[in-house]
Amino acid sequence: MTVRVQTESFDQGAELTGFAQGRSDLGAVVSFTGIVRDEAGTLDRMEIEHYPGMTEKAISSIVDEATRRWSLADCLVIHRHGRLRPGDQIMMVATASAHRVAAFEAAEFLMDYLKSRAPFWKKEFTKDGSTDWVDAKVNDEDALKRWKE
Amino acid sequence: MIDVMYFAWVRERIGEPRERVETSAATVAELVDELRAREPRYAAAFEDLSALRVALDQELSDFDASLEGVREVAFFPPMTGG
Repeated sequence: MTVRVQTESFDQGAELTGFAQGRSDLGAVVSFTGIVRDEAGTLDRMEIEHYPGMTEKAISSIVDEATRRWSLADCLVIHRHGRLRPGDQIMMVATASAHRVAAFEAAEFLMDYLKSRAPFWKKEFTKDGSTDWVDAKVNDEDALKRWKE
Repeated sequence: MIDVMYFAWVRERIGEPRERVETSAATVAELVDELRAREPRYAAAFEDLSALRVALDQELSDFDASLEGVREVAFFPPMTGG
């Protein structure tokens, strides 16, 4: 299980090549990469603030919960902070399991919890100079409900 | 003494990321009341508690929680990771 919180970019290809390598008991690897989106073409950059210390703990406890729920051979979470431009990778999640259902579900679980329970905050800076903290969405909180029995 | 930290727009409204606070507050809610009474910038930051989250010693908690034994309190808006 690997958790990395960093400002630098990452090479998702290299990460996946190295992920769960050399194991013959795996049947499935699933990965998700989040990218800075600028649908309106107005975004200059995004700055992601986090809570050093709590961030690593919160992500590790989300990963622990995922490994309790699903039989995962390995799990990787990388989340960036600092200044990001449209098209930049923000984060990635990878899960490895014997069967694909566990790998897909665990990856979705990790994404849903990272959105609302990992202490990151995004601030958008538009090309015209205005700034705005990104609000949490009601949908994001709702997404957690499906994981609660 | 307790370390109080602020993140995102809470940090911007208060104007600093962290401070040491001398307090006898028993709960988070009491600490918030003390801070609110200090200066308008605190009152502005803590205007609507439903828009805020709190962590005690880096664990998500709530405003009714006790501060006994707590060393670090953090206030921030709902998280937007992922």
